[in-house]
Amino acid sequence: MTAPMLADALGPRARRRMRLISVVAAAAIAGLVLAAVRRLADTGQLDAARWEPLTQGAVIRFLLGGLLATLRVASLAMVLAMAIGMVLAFGRLARNPVVRVVTGAYVEFFRGFPLLLLVLFSGLALPKYGVDVAVFWYVVLALVVYNSAILAEIFRAGILSLDKGQTEAAHALGFSYWQAMLIVVVPQAARRMVPAIVSQLVTLLKDTSLGFVIAYPELLRRARNTGEFFQNPLQSLFAAALLYIAVNLALSRVARRLEIRQRRRYGAGAITVAGAEDLTVTAVQSEEAAPEGPG
Amino acid sequence: MRKRHLYLLALVLMTMVAASCGSDSDTGAKTETKPPPTHPAGSTMANIQAKGKFVVGTKYDQVGFGQQNPTTGKVEGFDVEIAKRIAVAIFGGDVKSVEPKIEFVETVSKNREPFIQDGKVDIVAATYTITDTRKQVVDFAGPYFVARQDIMVKSDDTSVKGVGDLNGKKACTAKGSTSEKNLRAKAPRADVALFDTYSQCGEALRDGRVQAVTTDAPILAGLVSRSDRAFKLVEAPFSDEPYGIGLKKGDDVFRNFINDRLEEIYANGEWAAAFDATLGAIGLKREPPPKVDRYSSLPATTTTTGSTGTGGGAGSTSSSTSTSTSTSTSTSTSTSTTTTTTKQP
Amino acid sequence: MRLVLDNADLYLAGMATTVALTLLSFSAALVIGTVVAAFRVSPVPPLRTAGTLWVETVRNTPLTVLMVLFFFGFTKLGIQYSAFTSAVIVLSAYTSTFVAETVRSGINSVAKGQAEAARSLGLTFPQVLVRVILPQAFRTVVAPLGSVFIALIKNSSIASVISVVDLTEVADRLNNDTARPVAVFLGAGMAYLLLTLPSGFLVGVLERRVAIKR
Repeated sequence: MTAPMLADALGPRARRRMRLISVVAAAAIAGLVLAAVRRLADTGQLDAARWEPLTQGAVIRFLLGGLLATLRVASLAMVLAMAIGMVLAFGRLARNPVVRVVTGAYVEFFRGFPLLLLVLFSGLALPKYGVDVAVFWYVVLALVVYNSAILAEIFRAGILSLDKGQTEAAHALGFSYWQAMLIVVVPQAARRMVPAIVSQLVTLLKDTSLGFVIAYPELLRRARNTGEFFQNPLQSLFAAALLYIAVNLALSRVARRLEIRQRRRYGAGAITVAGAEDLTVTAVQSEEAAPEGPG
Repeated sequence: MRKRHLYLLALVLMTMVAASCGSDSDTGAKTETKPPPTHPAGSTMANIQAKGKFVVGTKYDQVGFGQQNPTTGKVEGFDVEIAKRIAVAIFGGDVKSVEPKIEFVETVSKNREPFIQDGKVDIVAATYTITDTRKQVVDFAGPYFVARQDIMVKSDDTSVKGVGDLNGKKACTAKGSTSEKNLRAKAPRADVALFDTYSQCGEALRDGRVQAVTTDAPILAGLVSRSDRAFKLVEAPFSDEPYGIGLKKGDDVFRNFINDRLEEIYANGEWAAAFDATLGAIGLKREPPPKVDRYSSLPATTTTTGSTGTGGGAGSTSSSTSTSTSTSTSTSTSTSTTTTTTKQP
Repeated sequence: MRLVLDNADLYLAGMATTVALTLLSFSAALVIGTVVAAFRVSPVPPLRTAGTLWVETVRNTPLTVLMVLFFFGFTKLGIQYSAFTSAVIVLSAYTSTFVAETVRSGINSVAKGQAEAARSLGLTFPQVLVRVILPQAFRTVVAPLGSVFIALIKNSSIASVISVVDLTEVADRLNNDTARPVAVFLGAGMAYLLLTLPSGFLVGVLERRVAIKR
């Protein structure tokens, strides 16, 4: 791990002092961990009986089945949200004012909505009005509507972040608007957008857990039911959290690799978008990125 | 990076393999074999029989009634047993042979009505309390169980013999529940502590912050059974919550059919056997089955409002077609919403 | 919309709860997040590790899972708070990781010469950080922090999962009672927009005032 040092290398005195502080800090952290373990033990939460169910093959399969449901809903929602987000982004950059206003309204509207409300809406209101599909699709729908709005902003910011000279040069070469966009602008912008897109996808994956409020049998729902059944909610939910962390860390790692590679190759200039939860914040913003706040 | 990809891929594959492995189990209760019956043409029963699939909405996290067993993936409980017996009347055969024909779908309190209206489920058996408000959107067969509100105290406490004894004592129940209303009505001088879940009430009872917990007896029975004999039920019930089978509004043929079947299993002892195997196992005392209520279906309101105030309805069509929200006639919702429950059994 | 107007008092109470959740959690998250960011750039390895662990585990767990785990799981450890307090604790913890990452990127964006100059003047690490680096860092990350704030408004809706009566829970309960989901949820959605849109605007104003673009 290479931590960014706020100054040059430390001298001998400072180094000795750091070593002392390190020892003290390590002791304090160890103390905290110890206290937590003691608390767990005192309340009987470390008892083998509470963990044993989680080692049964059937229970593991049950939880992994939940993870599979999570991944299924997430992957489909990712693909659809990306496609629709792309269309929306082009809509917002279109020359036709009607298209601009309509897509703009969609994006601004759904970007300010809590996803949970959308999940409740699609899961409780749509069935009442005859939209009869599996619960899976209600979750996908809510995720796509929300994330396409966020992704549209990422795409748009990415496209706008490119220097105007690029388009101008393309036009000078006789490219049409769309030719310039697709051949010159998008390929370059895409590279800058990758990190922001991936972190939004991580957010999407986490957000699938909201499916549990309308009883989609994803990981969280199954972990809760397991905890109810064996009366070990702490242990079951902990197991679920570990699974989420594992998957998300893997995804984030990919994102970070991409980010570093991007920066090395093309200089700074990743995209940030207001309203997204997780930002690939590379505070160095590019010339014209300036993604405005919603509104 | 390649390593990370592999790792992710492995995880996905693992889940897929895991999910494709099924499992099996059984719940032994008294059974009876029936020949495949013939149903009136066009009836819901006939349709279900022809489809070969009976879709039942139930809860997956309600001790004793409907709880999913992670080791088998199956749902177990009293609601499930009742649903199986209704299935026997539809398909014939016995409780075991109909099992593959029943598809259980998890419902939570809030999506029970939409699922019925939408036809996503054929019936809902999910600790579903029969109320007049709900009768405006769905219909109920049964009741097949009456949950009574009871009191739970520490095992060594002999001072509480009835709800009146809670006056001047600290009693715990869930925020905004019907249990809270009943408690305040029956023991106005009780010091009411409100928590969000009943297990929190249980913890508070254990460490002495409250002296009693009150709500539906089955919920308390669940807490008692998990308390290592630290708690006991007072067994002085003071209000009723009838649980019914929810089905599509206006489907009186189906409703009658289920009611007939319920009466049949009351008479032949299957209801009692199902009770003993599920609710009895968590320490609930069996009472005689409740009397089936063959009420005449309430007229559906013109809009899909469930408001109790202006039941101005035209015709008892079972449609839920009103898509317009602006033409609402409901005005009296604010009174009913202040008493919303966190726990709507 | 009549339905929503008739229950305006409920919606307003829910909105007040949502605002309270957001403001309390954001204040706490700012403090925790800044401390964690300081840990992560400090020259003390154990603190760096602790900071990294905090960020990576909490940020990668879904907020819903954290909420449920804290409220239904931690009670078993004798850690019991009211639903509202639990929600504030969980939202603060979750948001603190995003604040930490944002502030850290702000710190990294401050020119290295600043820290070197400060140290050559004899300032200690905490002094360098608090007096020189952080004030500049914060000004560069106004926009991203505003983004975190707006995300928090939306995330606070997840408190309804543990029955905090916020805007979402008000709508959910109203829907249970009236079975009119469209009006009820649309009403709540509008109320959220009433909170998120002006917040976005304020962030913009604040940014123009104080932000330094690098």
